[in-house]
Amino acid sequence: MATGLSKVVQLNESTASGTPGANELVILQDISLEVMPGEAVAIVGASGSGKSTLLGLLAGLDTPSSGAVQLDGADLFGLDEDGRAALRARLLGFVFQSFQLLPALNALENVMLPLELAGEAGAADRGAKMLARVGLAERLRHYPKTLSGGEQQRVALARAFVTQPKLLLADEPTGNLDAATGASVIELMFEMNAEARTTLVLVTHDEAIASRCRRKIRLVAGHIDGEG
Amino acid sequence: MLRLALRMLLRDARAGELRVLALGLVLAVGGVASVAFFADRVRQALTREAHQVLGADVLMTADHAWTPEFRDEIARRGLSRAESMTFVSMARAGNETLLAAVKAVSPGYPLRGKLRIAPGLNLPDADSDAVPPPGTVWLDERMMAALKVRRGDAIEVGRARFRVGAVLTLEPDRGVSFMNFAPRLMIRLEDLPATGLVQPGSRINYQLLAAGEREGIRQFEQWARARLARGERIDSLENARPEVRAGLDRAQSFLGLTAMLAVVLSAVAVALGTRRYTQRHLDGYAVMRCIGASQSQLFALFAWEFLLLAFGASLAGCALGFLVQNLVALWLAGLIPGLLPPPGLSPVLQGAATGLVLLLGFALPPLLQLKDVPALRVIRRDVGPPKQGALAVYILGLAAVFGLLLWHAGELRLASYVFGGFAAAFGLFAAIAYGALRLIGRFGRTGSVSWHYGLANLLRRPRANAVQIVAIAVGLTAILLLTMIRGDLLDAWRGRLPPDAPDRFLVNIQPEQRQPLAEFLERNGVKGLQTFPMVRARLVAINGRPVGAEDFSEERAKRQIEREFNLTYLSALPADNKLSEGAWFGAEDIARGAVSIEHWIAERFGIRVGDTLEFLSAGRSFSAPVTSVRKLDWDSMRPNFFFITTPAMLESFPASYIASFHAPAGDALLTSRLSQAFPNLTVIDVSVILRQLQLVMDQLIGAVQLVFLFALGAGVLVLYAALLATQDERTHEAAVMRALGARRAQVLAAQRAEFAVLGAIAGFLGSLGATAIGWTLATRVFQLDFIWNGWVWLAGPALGLACIVLNAWAGARAALSRPPMAALREVI
Repeated sequence: MATGLSKVVQLNESTASGTPGANELVILQDISLEVMPGEAVAIVGASGSGKSTLLGLLAGLDTPSSGAVQLDGADLFGLDEDGRAALRARLLGFVFQSFQLLPALNALENVMLPLELAGEAGAADRGAKMLARVGLAERLRHYPKTLSGGEQQRVALARAFVTQPKLLLADEPTGNLDAATGASVIELMFEMNAEARTTLVLVTHDEAIASRCRRKIRLVAGHIDGEG
Repeated sequence: MLRLALRMLLRDARAGELRVLALGLVLAVGGVASVAFFADRVRQALTREAHQVLGADVLMTADHAWTPEFRDEIARRGLSRAESMTFVSMARAGNETLLAAVKAVSPGYPLRGKLRIAPGLNLPDADSDAVPPPGTVWLDERMMAALKVRRGDAIEVGRARFRVGAVLTLEPDRGVSFMNFAPRLMIRLEDLPATGLVQPGSRINYQLLAAGEREGIRQFEQWARARLARGERIDSLENARPEVRAGLDRAQSFLGLTAMLAVVLSAVAVALGTRRYTQRHLDGYAVMRCIGASQSQLFALFAWEFLLLAFGASLAGCALGFLVQNLVALWLAGLIPGLLPPPGLSPVLQGAATGLVLLLGFALPPLLQLKDVPALRVIRRDVGPPKQGALAVYILGLAAVFGLLLWHAGELRLASYVFGGFAAAFGLFAAIAYGALRLIGRFGRTGSVSWHYGLANLLRRPRANAVQIVAIAVGLTAILLLTMIRGDLLDAWRGRLPPDAPDRFLVNIQPEQRQPLAEFLERNGVKGLQTFPMVRARLVAINGRPVGAEDFSEERAKRQIEREFNLTYLSALPADNKLSEGAWFGAEDIARGAVSIEHWIAERFGIRVGDTLEFLSAGRSFSAPVTSVRKLDWDSMRPNFFFITTPAMLESFPASYIASFHAPAGDALLTSRLSQAFPNLTVIDVSVILRQLQLVMDQLIGAVQLVFLFALGAGVLVLYAALLATQDERTHEAAVMRALGARRAQVLAAQRAEFAVLGAIAGFLGSLGATAIGWTLATRVFQLDFIWNGWVWLAGPALGLACIVLNAWAGARAALSRPPMAALREVI
């Protein structure tokens, strides 16, 4: 076991007792989890098992009722909301099930957005390069609604990797895609992950995809039911 | 941050995200600015128009010649100047002689308005740019008829001989004053010395007229007022012509209210637009939070974006407003003679400020709420957007609207009335809409699948739909109010001066002449002559304290108190008089004696209900308490009396009678036949003045109608924005339905069913609102009779149902023409 400082993710006996606005009470019970740099971890489980809540905790989007979460050595919930946002900007890349591209921005602008928000220079060049990497060099000016689902998720991948994050959080990235497209997107994601040596936490219910990760954590009704 | 905000703004604009909001703002600002521009210019033009009744911007009158000081000052300030002298003298033509009101005028007279002349009696007249040529007189119709002269005939005035040049049909500055009893004879000022009528001690009025640009006139008037000597006065619009002022006031109220209506409608449009914008950006906001933007950063980003939007939209709106009002000014050129004065800068500021205040008022609270959007929303759809507590969110917006109303109305009471009225209407609309939806939910769930589904959709979110119904109803209210009620209101206004309004006054009717006179007029086509007794008396004491000119500082009060008033006695309140204080004569008053007094006179002399007035008439004095104060209808053209007493008080005094009637058209000689049959009667012909009044009123009404168009545009925009408000949701629902196997026709039928109910309720509410506001305006604000309009109740629901068409236009069909998956993906 490596020292705490080198861990990218560390959850200590975290409990989440429902989330504001939720229709049902989703509870995570005493979850502890450590993820080392460069690791790829799949979190699997049935619908309602708490996968998304766990991901929300890891990203600092949701707050645990007890326990602690450390990202890259920083105590996530010792920070205020803006501090967590700054941490996310520095460390995290996101890929969502429903892509979550901004409809008013074209592909390039969507990829540039995190760089622009962080006030970084050369956003357009870096964005264009990243889009070329995901095979969309010809589609820079296309709006999300004119792109296919697979293309939209590729733009999302480009947006996630453009900030060179330490940790990539992926939430059912193929959930809205057909099998063939999903497979190619997953392929691309693992390739880019390997190239950038990013740590990956992937939430999925697809055992085939999960099995491509070195670790697989199974959640059942808010408990870790086993790791393989 | 500013650069990023600008970039985001441009991106949003390019993607069409801002279309509704920007259009709403541009039209709001454009509407307000053009109303302001236009109202500003029309108000200036109307004021100038009204100045025609003075013949100048400033009219100065003295009982002696004006010193050169005043003339020089007018010239020095670059204003135009004219002069006239008026007096009464005999005129002679052949064997006929007649007492004439002579007016000698300098070239350039009148400075405002135009004289109209005709070549002979009952011939068409035309504007004249000149005054009578040397050696020529112009006579009014009555004089031509009485002297039996025609164009070219000779006429003697004093020691001079003139030729009759034309019939003077319109003299803009001839007031309805009873001093102008005598018929008019107009000559050139240079010809006056030859008549030899100007002698020391002659009773002559000297008028000095000035006109020019607003500021110069204001300064000159101020300068001149400080230097007025005894017997000199300045007539302004305020004291010149109460009947014209009443019309002006009414027109300005119409304009002001229209501007306020535009503000309220714009506010609704902007509120709807902002709501749509923020709802569509909820997810984007959450995503940006996920990728590391802080709350303060995002707030600043959106705030800047909105500020930039407000700035840009205000600019565009002002440009649009300027353009539109120029077009309208072109159109209006035919309506209001002469050039419209150029618009000022204040409408630009007014428009821009309105846009900014509206946008910030309505956008800031939802923006602040965006802060509470949980970023978790990006992975968990069940984490909803923050609840939009309608009232809490819009308190700032409501405050902004109230502020704007206050600004436009210029007074707290009117602004509160309008704001309170709209607030109450919104509340009532919402309650009725919500109740109706619940009722339909309980009893109306039968029929075809589409109908059933459409209703289910309505009932699934009764509150949101109630809000939409209210918005549509507000738009419809505006449209109905502006298209239907407007006509009724204006008709009622116009009806106050009907074509058969009395245009002849008869003075000095002796008691025994009343019957023969009525019979004579009846034979000449005038029915039901009403006569009023008239007793001349001076007001000598108030509450036992003698009063005279020295007790009053106001020039007019000084003059009036020295003269005799015309009193009448009646037991019933005249139809067009309204009591503003006290009560009309009761049995006790009739027995003991009482006085009712006109409210301007009451103000001028500081008389209140309960005061005792003492009058002196024919050497006898009498006194009585004031029991009521009346407001007179100055544009009724009926005999009006400052003082009315109970009959018993005056019956024993020598009285003559006064009457007014409308002369049958085309009988120019009735007046002279009347004079022949009853030589002692004085016949005052006000037909010319009446015609002029009707002309001014028509112009005022025309201008007001044009301004209404802008508010109408805002109403249509509200309608559009209201329909667009739920478009995203409906598109999504349509996609779901189609994914579940519904045919296009079924989806459309369901939407039609939904909008049929929505539109019918909103239409009914619109009719209700328009009728209520129309009634309030008519009876409370403009003091007009409300004309009940049954069509409104058909037009409202019909227009509401027409929203189905508008809805299709707003995008329902476009959404249906795309693959359901595209819509599902986009909105999920």
